[in-house]
Amino acid sequence: MSQLSVEKSMQPSLPQTQKKKSGLMRFLKQWDLQLMVIPALALVFVFSYIPMYGILISFQDYKIGSSFTSSPWVGFKHFNYFFNSPEFGVVMRNTIVISFLKFLIGFPAPIILALMLNEVRNMAFKRTVQTVTYLPYFMSWVIVGGLVSSLLSVDSGAINMLLERFNLISQPINFLSLPEYFWGILITTNVWKEIGFGSIVYLAAIAGVDPHTYEAASIDGASRFKQIYLITLPSIMPVVTIFMILAIGNLLSAGFEDILILAADKSLRDVSDVIDTYVVRVGIENYRYSFATAVGLFKAVVSVGLLTLANLIARRSGNSLW
Amino acid sequence: MARESFGDRLMVIIIYVFLSLLAITTLYPFLNALAISFNEGMDTSRGGITLWPRVFTLENYGVVFKDERLINGFVISVLRTVVGTIGSILCTAIFAYGMSKRELIGRKYYMIMCIITLYFSGGLIPSFLLIRNLGLMNSFWVFIIPSLVGVWNMIIFRTFFQGLPAGPEESARIDGCGNWGTFFRIVIPLSGPVIATLSLFTAVTHWNEWFLAGIYISDVEKYPIQTILRQILLSNIVTDQGGLDSSALAHMAKVRTITSKSLSMATMMVATLPIITVYPFVQKHFVKGVLVGSLKE
Repeated sequence: MSQLSVEKSMQPSLPQTQKKKSGLMRFLKQWDLQLMVIPALALVFVFSYIPMYGILISFQDYKIGSSFTSSPWVGFKHFNYFFNSPEFGVVMRNTIVISFLKFLIGFPAPIILALMLNEVRNMAFKRTVQTVTYLPYFMSWVIVGGLVSSLLSVDSGAINMLLERFNLISQPINFLSLPEYFWGILITTNVWKEIGFGSIVYLAAIAGVDPHTYEAASIDGASRFKQIYLITLPSIMPVVTIFMILAIGNLLSAGFEDILILAADKSLRDVSDVIDTYVVRVGIENYRYSFATAVGLFKAVVSVGLLTLANLIARRSGNSLW
Repeated sequence: MARESFGDRLMVIIIYVFLSLLAITTLYPFLNALAISFNEGMDTSRGGITLWPRVFTLENYGVVFKDERLINGFVISVLRTVVGTIGSILCTAIFAYGMSKRELIGRKYYMIMCIITLYFSGGLIPSFLLIRNLGLMNSFWVFIIPSLVGVWNMIIFRTFFQGLPAGPEESARIDGCGNWGTFFRIVIPLSGPVIATLSLFTAVTHWNEWFLAGIYISDVEKYPIQTILRQILLSNIVTDQGGLDSSALAHMAKVRTITSKSLSMATMMVATLPIITVYPFVQKHFVKGVLVGSLKE
């Protein structure tokens, strides 16, 4: 007790010069506390900050085995090369289309699910649906990819069987090798995997709405749909806005694991190649480290710009995007 | 609520139907894969397996559990998940406890240093080159060391620690406990729910990770099961189009009644098993945990 009070009373009364001197002393005095954070900070430094420094190689011709600065500097050569390459158009189009579709469908889907679940009065049914829909979130993309390819397979896949049974097709379709189906499969699978888990936060926000509001509304004769539209939806708007800003910041992250898994077929490359998968291919598989880093940096810069812009718009319109 | 209009009742019916369909479409692929994994391989290729095996057999699992590569992968995955989760939760919690103390000198700068990493990163290639320069390539420790400290988890832990009642900690200090003693004897026992939640998420991440393992590890014997499963599934897709035979298929040719599909499905079940078994027990926790995480945003 006495130790604590002495420490507290000493701090504010010290004059400026003495305070600086005693800074080191105080630091050494709390060495056990510092020992809790300094090793962890060292790990953060090594695994997060050194790679940031490594971005320098996008302005170099990096050779394997050399350090991050000893390679020759080449300025914006790799960026120019990327912007002028034929892949640039394809990769940018796929990135934008896929991330836009994911945002357009994947963002409202959990909100709609939460609104629907909120209308369910049967608790056992509600809990069952929730438990089942959370499940895919915990499975790896490898497993999900396996399930999807089994479902869509030509010889005994459920989808082809179903379509044939109803005479909608005469020949089984090899869905996972035809470019025209890829975006649909990718988006559907993503929604399927994420929808239940994504709804948790919205359900929590809905639970915070005062039940009296609904009572008053129904006495006034508001239908259930009107109650959703006029009470539930506006109440969760702040949460929706925050998540929307975060989603916009991620707009150039069209995906990574899901595309690598679902677009295993090379014939899909024209519709499946996005910035992140392109970086893997040219960087890891073709060893063009400097070029791949430049492509990655380009994405990071645009993403930060998008995030800042989204935040700005949100702030201008009073924490709401509309 | 007594007078529900026709429109209201119709809407409720539509909602129930839609949610039932959603639950079925979520569960069906999984139950179908389970049925296929218990069905005789040649019979499966005739098609028509839905929710129940037609020709029941344990042979598929027999092959999985006899395949040294798969058993090895399973063991690596378990080791990686256990060591990685315990290590990461412990290191991150200690870090967070230190960061939760107001008297920590440099606290503000440390926090800024951490938060920057949430918005910027070096990206894949510089990280890859760093791992190589550190000599972590093809080592089990590449799974553990880079993920020992999670900044996001640190922030959640820190928020939780700051909300703990001050009483027990103070009395521990009066009894002569230092920061470390207080942390292990008082704070850890009080943090059950947050430790459970973050452990679950960390464990799931470790168990499901397959991509980095593929690029950082070159010995197949050191692959986790998800990476091996990925190769098996990939070889199926290739052979479906008349591609090359893979080692997995060559292996299966020895056992006639087993097809690549039945083997993949059995492997998939084995690779999902730990999550399926843990899931019901921790569901309550993670709903709370997601809220803890989202409140911080």
